[in-house]
Amino acid sequence: MMEPTAYLLLSGILFGIGVVGVVARKNVLIILMSVEIMLNGVNVAFIAVGSHLGDPTGSIFAFMVMTVAAAEAAVGLAILIAIFRLKETIDITELSVLKW
Amino acid sequence: MELILFILFGAIAVGGAIMVVTRRHPMASALYLILTLFAVAALFALRQAHFLAAIQVIVYAGAVVVLFIFVIMLVNVPENKLPMERVTGMRLLGVVAAGLLILESAVLARKFAMPAGSTADAGSVQAVGRALFTDYLLAFEITSVLLLSAVIGAIALAKKKI
Repeated sequence: MMEPTAYLLLSGILFGIGVVGVVARKNVLIILMSVEIMLNGVNVAFIAVGSHLGDPTGSIFAFMVMTVAAAEAAVGLAILIAIFRLKETIDITELSVLKW
Repeated sequence: MELILFILFGAIAVGGAIMVVTRRHPMASALYLILTLFAVAALFALRQAHFLAAIQVIVYAGAVVVLFIFVIMLVNVPENKLPMERVTGMRLLGVVAAGLLILESAVLARKFAMPAGSTADAGSVQAVGRALFTDYLLAFEITSVLLLSAVIGAIALAKKKI
């Protein structure tokens, strides 16, 4: 089996692309999808190192990350629907009621 | 063989991810997100993590992205009312910072040094299930509380009147 270095590099690239999506986009839906990409990048690192060490703990952690991602998507999208009903927009720069 | 498949699926995953963050319409982004998630599932299978590969396809591509697509159709913002994306100094700085983050992770990944383990089937359903229901039983049970609170929270937020 390959050394995990290449997988760790891929994991970093996926995480970085997710960061770009979160900081550079205005559409809330695309920001939430970018967060999913970031979580997937982390999972790649967990799985690569877990299988390298021959330890199922890597898979367990990735499993927990997936659970949190599913919960986050459900709650985040519910918040998005509630906000859209109120303000009729999905532009993150217009959603600034909590901004001081 | 593993290297060729890794390069193939890694390129698909990275390309799909780039398309997700650059598409204008969120529906196109969601479809490219499915492509990325499938490529990542293939990478999991390549690392012998068969259980996680199956879960990735079922939970992510099957549930999370469907949820996204439902919401995209539900809010249904017309093409001309999508947020205008403008390049500002702050955003450019953010992209540069993300590039530095990738560079940093590349430097750290090159220094990775850990002895390889012995067992080859650490990601099999049997090994993961055994670990999940012995060493990590408490975490597994608390996960169910997390999912319950997420369900209640989602209903409470999306309902018009409680």
